[in-house]
Parts: sequence; structure tokens; C-alpha cells
Amino acid sequence: MDKFYHSVRLDESLCRGCINCIKRCPTQAIRVRNGKARINSKFCIDCGECIRVCPHHAKQATYDRLDVIKEYKYTVALPAPSLYGQFNNLEDVNIVLNALLLMGFDDVMEVGAAAELVSEATRAYLEEHQENLPMISTACPSVVRLIRVRFPNLIPHLLPLNPPVEVAACLAVKKAMEKTGLPREDIGICFISPCPSKVTYAKSPLGTEKSQIDRVLAIKDVYPILLSYMKAVGPDPAEIGTSGKIGVNWGRSGGEAGGLFTESYLAADGIENVIRVLEDLEDQKFSNLKFVELDACSGGCVGGVLTVENPYVAEVKLKRLRRYMPVARSHMDGEHAEDCMAWTKEVDYEPVFSLGHNIMESFARLNQAERLLKKLPGLDCGSCGAPTCKALAEDIVRGEAREEDCVYYLRESLHKLSAEVSHLADDMAAGEKDGRETLRLLKEYIQKISDDMAKLDEEKR
Amino acid sequence: MDDAIVLTYEVSPDDFTRAGEASSDVKSKLKQMGVPPDAVRKVAIAMYEGEINMVIHAKGGEITVSITPEKITMVLADVGPGIPDVDLAMQAGYSTAPDAVRSLGFGAGMGLPNMKKYTDEMKIDTTVGVGTTITMVVNL
Repeated sequence: MDKFYHSVRLDESLCRGCINCIKRCPTQAIRVRNGKARINSKFCIDCGECIRVCPHHAKQATYDRLDVIKEYKYTVALPAPSLYGQFNNLEDVNIVLNALLLMGFDDVMEVGAAAELVSEATRAYLEEHQENLPMISTACPSVVRLIRVRFPNLIPHLLPLNPPVEVAACLAVKKAMEKTGLPREDIGICFISPCPSKVTYAKSPLGTEKSQIDRVLAIKDVYPILLSYMKAVGPDPAEIGTSGKIGVNWGRSGGEAGGLFTESYLAADGIENVIRVLEDLEDQKFSNLKFVELDACSGGCVGGVLTVENPYVAEVKLKRLRRYMPVARSHMDGEHAEDCMAWTKEVDYEPVFSLGHNIMESFARLNQAERLLKKLPGLDCGSCGAPTCKALAEDIVRGEAREEDCVYYLRESLHKLSAEVSHLADDMAAGEKDGRETLRLLKEYIQKISDDMAKLDEEKR
Repeated sequence: MDDAIVLTYEVSPDDFTRAGEASSDVKSKLKQMGVPPDAVRKVAIAMYEGEINMVIHAKGGEITVSITPEKITMVLADVGPGIPDVDLAMQAGYSTAPDAVRSLGFGAGMGLPNMKKYTDEMKIDTTVGVGTTITMVVNL
């Protein structure tokens, strides 16, 4: 699979070419070209911000349809902890889990249960690697992707443990194969996800060669169907839940760090805040930190773009739900999860933001971009299709845009040309110069003006 | 061969909310240039420490950074009080930072030692009552 695979896509027919997404993309991965947004797959980290802000719903997430479960002989549902925060007055997780069985899944493996194992493994890892603290959480795939392209110095600080969903998938496969005797391809491991970032992870994971997650379904698709099955679950649902407080808590920002029993942690959520923390971490502005939890979405996973409930309301619901739960219900010694836990593949730095192919070319281009930037108006209006004047200057030196893409630059050029035309016309009227030569020049200038106007029209289209 | 890229930054006095902006801008440019991550880190840390020092001790000043494919030179010039005893100031843990900035987590006495540690060359020109100019070089 392409190492820059993406689950966030554009529906061209819906895109109106406005500047909402280019302005809000945290990695400046989007440009409007010929009236349509284009996502640069090397810069994009699948955080889903553009899906959130697009007023025309042209940015979409790719994920699987619910009927994919029919393709397998045996299916296991992997509900994310954030799923539980979507329902009103839910007092027992078992209602959701039993409803998933009624919906057609053959078994359920809570991601929250695997999260408790990851918490335990993380505690052990921090204890054994005190020389390399702080460790940065690797549970949010968008954060790992961001670090891969932008923060090379922090790659050694990535916690080399699989995210809970991968651990859950790995355990579910083992259990299903043992129980049914079916070959791997007949078993469908289906994650019920709050975000497209996990779709990207399942198709093109970092830290492991191949993910055991076969399908990713959206919480927003599962939610309405699940509601009706939840009503069908009786008053005394079978106890199949294996997650406690710690596991359910992973659904919100601070939950992962909370499971580490240390106060020396930092938890940031929302992609802009995450970037600020990473910048500061890179400059070594923090001391005595053991762990850094970073979630691309505000509020944590409950803030994912494939959820239905307001993230802060969902957080309150999770809090209520876990009130009388035991601290943890899943433990490493009981689960034999050792071989599902550790990363088997390193994450390599991808210097996609370099301006050139080598340091000399990048240096020359940076120099050129600095000079160009001084000529541009500095308004960051977005009319050229790039989010800022600086981004336009960089696009120009990369050969992906032209100075004339700037409407202010173009306007100035039109002003100059029309001044020349009027000057020439005056000369002609006064009969000072050779009429034929002046006429030729006039025609040339008028042609230039109409060329520039054509460029403006092109922008509009 | 292109000329050096020269960047200048005004460091405004007593405005902690803006301290670190210059070093962060230089950092992002070095990354775009494809400078090896380790060198980016050295420049970012050394310049950040220097920038903070200018805000705390010298009521601001001017930073000039010149970048060539061979090296990065940072010149931090201020018209502050000067450093009376450079050797003492270079000692780890020695600090004259006022309490107000210590409460923000600064003033641990690691500024100058870190600047020295993270750069290949460092020169301090200082005159009490006139000002300080620190020149730091990170080779690529």
C-alpha cells in the first residue's frame, strides 16, 4: 500500500473552489486549482479538519459500508470507546455490545479492553526506558503521520506500541481462529471508528507491516441501526464487556495518560494545539515529563468526524457511564497479548516539506521564495488558491504556481499596461511619433491586457 | 552560487508572549531547506535560549541569521546592561534572572551553557553599560 495512502478525499462535483479548507488545513496540504480543491497527498495527515469545515460537504472520508460483514463467514465487531459516548442515558456497556451481536456480528472485542493492556504495557515501557523520556503516544494515527513528516527529532520519542485497535484486532483474530477453526480470510475484523484517520491506519499502518483490521465502519453509520437493536436487548443483558474505567476513558482526551498513574504527563487535543506542543517539545521546552498524549481531534476520539454527538457532551456521557466500573478489567497476564503489542517496523522521517530535492536546490529555492514573498501583498487572502502568500511563494519556486496567480500582482500589471496604453494614445494624438509603430505597440499592450483578463476569468472558473 | 539568505528579527522587550517567534521561524525555514534534523535542533535550541535572554536581560534587540549551504550564523545584538563576568555567566546554574521570569520557568542558569553546547562556535562581545553581541555558528 502507498505510504501516503489517504482516506480523506474530495468529491469534485460538490467542490465550489472556496477557500475554507485551504485556510484551515493544519499542514497546508490543500490548494484550489482551476476552481477545485486539490489535496497534496504527501502533506495530508488525514486529520479530517477539511471535512469539518467544508460548507459544501465536498471533503469526504472513505470507509466501508455496513453490508461488508456479509462477505465473511465469521465477523468480530471492534467498538471504539468513543462509541459508548454517543448514546443518551446508557448505563451499561453490555447493552451496546449485545446489540452489536443482534446486528449480525458473531463476536465483539472491545477496543477499550485492549486499551487497558496498552496502558499496562506503556507503564512497563516508561519504567524501563527512563533515559528516553518523554514518550509520545502513538494511538492517534494523524499525530504519528504529522511527526513523520514534520518533527524528525521526535521520532525516537514515539511510543513503539501498537494502538489499542490493532491490539484488539490481533487478539480477536487469534480468538476467532481458535474458536471456529476457520482460515484467516474467512474472518472479518470490523472496527467501528470515530474517524477516517483509522481507515488510513488499517490500510497503510505505521509501526507494523500489515494491520489485522479488515474493515472500518463509521460510528455515524452504525449508530442509527444500533439504536433499534439496543431496544431489543432485554433488561438483563449478558455480561460480555471486558473493559473497565481505564479502557472507556481512552475515548476522551487525557484518558490514555490517566491510565499511566503518573502526574508527569501532558495531554493536548485539537490539531493546532498538538502542533504547538510538538514545536515546544522539539525545542526541549519541557522538563520532567514522562508522557505526552496527543489527540488530533478536540476532545479526543469523541471529537472524530465520523461521530454523531457533540464531543463535549459525549465526554460527559462517558464519565457517567464509567462511574461504577472497576478500574480495569483486562490484564496482560490473562490475555497473552505480548506478541500483539510491540511495533515491528520503524517509522522513517519523510521530509516532504523540503523545497528541493537536495540541500543546494532547497537553499536556492528558499532564497528565491524569500524574495518573491517581499513582492506579494502579504494579505493571505487565499484568492490564488494557496492559504498564504508564503505558501504561494513556495508553490512558485516548486514550479506549481505562477506569480500571475496572485490577483494583486495581476491587478498591478493591468494598471501598468493601461497606463502605457493611455500614454501611447496621447503620443499618437499629438502626432509626435511614427503612427504605425505606435499603433503596433498599442495593439501589443491591448493584447497583454486581454491575456491578463483571461487569466482572471480562468481563476473564477 | 546564491548569496546567503539573511533574515533579521526585532526582539521586542518584556513581551514573553512573543519570545521564541524568531527561532521558530528559522526552524521552519531550515526544515524546508532539508537541513539535517540534528542541526535544525541545535539552531532552534541555541537561538531560542539567546532570544529569551535578550527579552529577560537586555530589553530586546536584533537577531540576524544568515544561512548558507555550509553553515548557519546567528548574531544576537542588544544594547542591554552587558555581562560583567562572562566566565561566571557561562557556569551552569548561575543566573541573575529576576523572580518574575523564574515563575514562568525561565532563569535556571542554563541559557548560555546550552547555547555553547548546541553550537560549533560561540563568541561573546560584551561591554558593561553598552551591550552584548553574541555570535553563534552551527556548521552543516
